Amino acid sequence: MCCLSKENIKSVTTDADVLRSEIRDKSVRVIDVRREEDYKKTHIPTSVNMPLANLLSDDSPERVVKLVNALGIDDETSVVVYDDTFGALASRVAWTLEYLGHNDVSLLDMTFGQWNSLGLETDSKIPSIESKNHSLKLRPEIMATADYLEKAKEKDDVILLDNRERLNFLEQHIPKAVNIPYRSLGTSEKILRPKEDMKRLFENRGIEPDSEIITYCGSVGTLSGLAYYALKSVNHSNLKLYVRSFKEWKNLKKPIDKQENAHYWDLSAE
Amino acid sequence: MTIDNLKQSGPDSKLPRVNWAKIEEAENFAKTVKLYRQGKIDHDNFRRFRLQHGAYGTRMTDDYAMVRIKIPAGEIYPIQLEKIAQLSETFSIGSAHISTRQNIQLHWVVLEDVSEIMRGLSEVGLTSREACGNTVRNVMCSPLAGVCHDEEFDTTPYAIATAKFLLRNPLNQNLPRKFKFNFTCCEKHGMARMVDVGLIPVTREIDGKTQRGFKIFLGGGLGNKSFVGHHLEDFTPEEDLLYTSIAVLRIFDRMGNRKNMARNRMRYLVDEMGWEKFQNLVLKERAIVRATQSVIVKLDVDNTPNDIKRPITVSDEDGKSTPEGYSRWLKTSAFKQKQDGYHSVFVNLEAGDITANQLNALAKICREFSAEGFARNGFSQEIVLRWIHESDLPRLYSNLLEAGLAKPGTLSMASPIGCSGTTSCNLALTNSHRLAKEIQRKFLELKLDEDDELRDSTIKISGCPNSCGQHEIATIGFYGGGGRVGNDMYPSYQMSLGGRSDRETMLGVICMRVPAKRIIPVILKIIEIFKKNKQSEDTLSSWINRVVKGNENSEIRSVNDFKQILAPLVVSPTKESDADFYLDYGSDTNYHTITGKGECAA
Repeated sequence: MCCLSKENIKSVTTDADVLRSEIRDKSVRVIDVRREEDYKKTHIPTSVNMPLANLLSDDSPERVVKLVNALGIDDETSVVVYDDTFGALASRVAWTLEYLGHNDVSLLDMTFGQWNSLGLETDSKIPSIESKNHSLKLRPEIMATADYLEKAKEKDDVILLDNRERLNFLEQHIPKAVNIPYRSLGTSEKILRPKEDMKRLFENRGIEPDSEIITYCGSVGTLSGLAYYALKSVNHSNLKLYVRSFKEWKNLKKPIDKQENAHYWDLSAE
Repeated sequence: MTIDNLKQSGPDSKLPRVNWAKIEEAENFAKTVKLYRQGKIDHDNFRRFRLQHGAYGTRMTDDYAMVRIKIPAGEIYPIQLEKIAQLSETFSIGSAHISTRQNIQLHWVVLEDVSEIMRGLSEVGLTSREACGNTVRNVMCSPLAGVCHDEEFDTTPYAIATAKFLLRNPLNQNLPRKFKFNFTCCEKHGMARMVDVGLIPVTREIDGKTQRGFKIFLGGGLGNKSFVGHHLEDFTPEEDLLYTSIAVLRIFDRMGNRKNMARNRMRYLVDEMGWEKFQNLVLKERAIVRATQSVIVKLDVDNTPNDIKRPITVSDEDGKSTPEGYSRWLKTSAFKQKQDGYHSVFVNLEAGDITANQLNALAKICREFSAEGFARNGFSQEIVLRWIHESDLPRLYSNLLEAGLAKPGTLSMASPIGCSGTTSCNLALTNSHRLAKEIQRKFLELKLDEDDELRDSTIKISGCPNSCGQHEIATIGFYGGGGRVGNDMYPSYQMSLGGRSDRETMLGVICMRVPAKRIIPVILKIIEIFKKNKQSEDTLSSWINRVVKGNENSEIRSVNDFKQILAPLVVSPTKESDADFYLDYGSDTNYHTITGKGECAA
């Protein structure tokens, strides 16, 4: 099974069975992106820990590549990332690896919670790691900056996706954005919908495979990172993550749209 | 219709008895939306199609819809609550809304996602078909049917059978206007006189045998102009239920006003024709229907009693003390059933809103506590858990409390009804929805839910002169509009007093206009005046009833007397002295009235 998957183009997600056999073969580096204290308690066997907060504290490529080296990852290492937050944090880390130029990274297709509830093996052992040397070949074509976004969104064949929840979107969003809340991307068992369902969801919303798509969310590109992989899972290839997302957009005082004249917040029972 | 293909989520989950869904409708809806966006279907035709499938327009935008999920007879199963929770998080705002007609609504859904919701609903046997548009809307049934002390028999199977017969039936696909059926349990708990067809169960003895039948009321309804329904005949035997329904629908289809949108509900037809003439027409038409319908056309009434099985208690809370607030909650939330030892519990929701997490919690609680295995939507934006064993009530309370669902006062004046108002409706002039929540919070803070003299009174609020909030049948009712001081506008409501929907059904009497930000003080003042002038046996409702009928002898003898006492409370301040007066609830910009095109009559 492991050989089969290697022959194909690296798929966006790795399922539990494939991951377990890769772990047995010692042919994978598993990254757990949960908080250190959660990781220390229990994790998928052989996995290493890279808490997202740690990565985000300084995500300059020079620093990130050091982190990656310390986790024993070089250009050839096959990497699988997981979290316990519906795949959003794992997506952000996986995307960062891609951005560094790593091309063998995928997401575990379920969360750690789901892994646990299936009774699959866990461990509290922290593996000893031999540091490696990863090259730095940045891929700017998968990242959008505010300046880039501002110009690109005026083009007809560029679609801007906002992956925050509906009420936040109604309250304020980048002009012309299309709202696909992150919740619609997964199911109760998997971090991403089955391909056929995912395709239909995007098709219904007019998100065509030949467009350039830029995703964004609230602040650090996690929810929109998940959307990046959701799109990738159904073969969209021209994708960019606006990694600094709406928080930066707002701070830069760029134009913002709002759904006016309706008190939608008062319908929420929160 | 079978239920075999429905997914089961847990071993203890009772499966719905009827599958209302048709998956093809989801695919068809998705296709039609595409054609509409491509300009291949015109706006009017698309709108008709959309409404027929239960997707209503949204305030000031064409991009969003409200999906109204039909819950016939209000029966909702745990797996359905869970599915709606998931759909609300995925495609809506993470909360759902329980309507006054037992529907569940998902607001602010992207039009292109509606088909995905329909797909999800079909997995649990639910549909939004004919929840809007000129069709027979959700067939309602009293949430107490089957457990009410005063009922002659349980009307639920008749409501379900009627819904089954009419759903997707060509007979009601293009009526002059919407059409509503309400089944009740007894005179007290229903709303038989405020709908197109209202039915109260009755029995009679013939040759020593008990025969089931109905007291049928026709041509009632709330709206810009409201009417109380007329009693068709002394006794309509159950065999005639279907024939009478078909006859009435056929007359309305043939003779209802298709030109004037403002006068095309059946109540106007009855009013214009005169009741006697209409009544004769119905009886004659029914004879024709009876003679010409094939014998196989009949209601599929399933009178098999519900399987009542008290869930096995895994008691992990033995010895724990009952949390605080239990007795206050119990007093205004639980209804003692006619079946010994069992209660129906009315779960309080602020203006009918419930979060996805709460829906999931409620599904779990329903499985664990209801011997019936499913829940019912009520008539007042609440969910009712029935067949709760007396000894389980404290534990049920703890569970509800944990889910944030244990607010007291459901069966009291402290649970006002508020339509969706400016939160989503195109016609709304004011934020009636939030106002209902504000009043509830104030009432609970003052512990007015515990006041027995206020127990049987109601507050109902609509955000415009139409009657989605049913303000005309409230003890104190309000409908929204704008007021003006010079060039400045402020949100305001017309207040009516003394409405009711029981045996003595009457519409509230218009009293005065009250600015939105003065409504709470005005209500509290009315309560104060009542306390001062009441007689010992009075409740607020009975006392107001005397006032509006001119039978009261205290300082308040008429609605006019109220006006005089309340006048100082409703004086408009200047903008400089009180800017808040000019803002509606939930808004930080100056008030002005904005409306779009309504679709109730589309």
